[in-house]
Amino acid sequence: MIRIVLPAHLRTLAHADGETVLAIEGRATQRALLDALEARYPMLRGTIRDHVTQRRRPYVRFFACEQDLSHEGPDALLPRAVETGAEPFLIVGAMAGG
Amino acid sequence: MSAVRVLVGTRKGAFVLTSDGKRERWNVNGPHFAGWEIYHLKGSPVEPNRLYASQSSAWFGQLIQRSDDGGETWAPVGNQFAYEGVPGTHQWYDGTPHPWEFARVWHLEPSLTDPDTIYAGVEDAALFRSTDGGLTWHELAGLRGHGSGPAWQPGAGGMCLHTILLDPSDPDRIFTAISAAGAFRSDDRGETWRPINRGLRSEQIPDPTAEVGHCVHRIAMHPSRPAVLFMQKHWDVMRSDDAGDSWQEVSGNLPTDFGFAIDVHAHEPLTTYVVPIKSDSEHFPLEGKLRVYRSRTGGYEWEALTEGLPQRNCYVNVLRDAMAVDSLDSCGVYFGTTGGQVYVSADSGDSWSPIVRDLPAVLSVEVQTLS
Repeated sequence: MIRIVLPAHLRTLAHADGETVLAIEGRATQRALLDALEARYPMLRGTIRDHVTQRRRPYVRFFACEQDLSHEGPDALLPRAVETGAEPFLIVGAMAGG
Repeated sequence: MSAVRVLVGTRKGAFVLTSDGKRERWNVNGPHFAGWEIYHLKGSPVEPNRLYASQSSAWFGQLIQRSDDGGETWAPVGNQFAYEGVPGTHQWYDGTPHPWEFARVWHLEPSLTDPDTIYAGVEDAALFRSTDGGLTWHELAGLRGHGSGPAWQPGAGGMCLHTILLDPSDPDRIFTAISAAGAFRSDDRGETWRPINRGLRSEQIPDPTAEVGHCVHRIAMHPSRPAVLFMQKHWDVMRSDDAGDSWQEVSGNLPTDFGFAIDVHAHEPLTTYVVPIKSDSEHFPLEGKLRVYRSRTGGYEWEALTEGLPQRNCYVNVLRDAMAVDSLDSCGVYFGTTGGQVYVSADSGDSWSPIVRDLPAVLSVEVQTLS
């Protein structure tokens, strides 16, 4: 099971309290994680990554295990600690005023 | 018993203000979508409890929300706005080509006849339509693709399609306006378009009378006379009596003819309202006095409306989508400011009072007259 922490605005949008826990079949990649997240919460489509290009939105960052995974390829394997649920995958709104 | 519902979009959420027909006591409901920019929300004229809202943020992009109960509850609908074909380029601020990129929905215009059909004006400028209540959106690409698109350029707020007017007498006719490209008209339900900017003059472009490139801020129409259009341009207040085929300046005695908002009285097709703003470099009222100007003659002759409005130390702006009128017997006029005030006049502008004073910066104001 993979634990995901959404930013506050997206938790509100998805009506999701606390962490989101998802099961991913096959390789645990960023793409597989986001596919599963958007399948659970269709209203998040387009808010984290572009509908068409699937590229991460510019003001969204991905952190886990005290590392910045924002620039990892979408098909790179997630850290083992994220895959096992020992550590959460953090989806973070960039720190930029407002 | 009549009532009004005012839909207010702000930098940090949406608010729904309601009152009976006296428009003296108000209930303020909100914020909806707290923390998000709500560029615009508007109700269907044929099903007033059907509301649409444009919700966006730099972080998480664009959402469209729909309510079927007058704003009590909302649900997200479709948010994919994909340009048709190869998007191409428009001009960037420095005149170089810049690829078309979707940023946000500025304006939502529900159909006059079908609650499931709605138009969206977006940045970078394009017109989209949904015919399934906002679930899916399709570009009316004839506007962006009619030929002049590479010459369009962004205004200070971005290259936005901000005005959509549906002709109540002719279902084939749609008007749009884009900053900074100008006004456009379709006579075939949005399939093909042509610029309608003859008579506009803009010193900010190389050819001041060019076919496109004008920073039109807003166009307004009275539904009983849809061929008469009133325009607040970057500078100049303009009027057309031939559905945009030609324009004449009607700024007349306005103290400054820069501004954003413009609207028309609900029952007097030639009574027009503007809020003069000092200049394109100083976006606030002249002399710190917030004044709405009214013309009862379709332009040229304007009178300042000041009763109830701050007449000292007022340095707010009134944005292009932030003025509206109701259709009660005594026409109500409403506008919101970047200082978070929403003002109402229940007597056609003669006197004003604030409904609320301390909202986030107001981006848009719409009003529904309910029976």
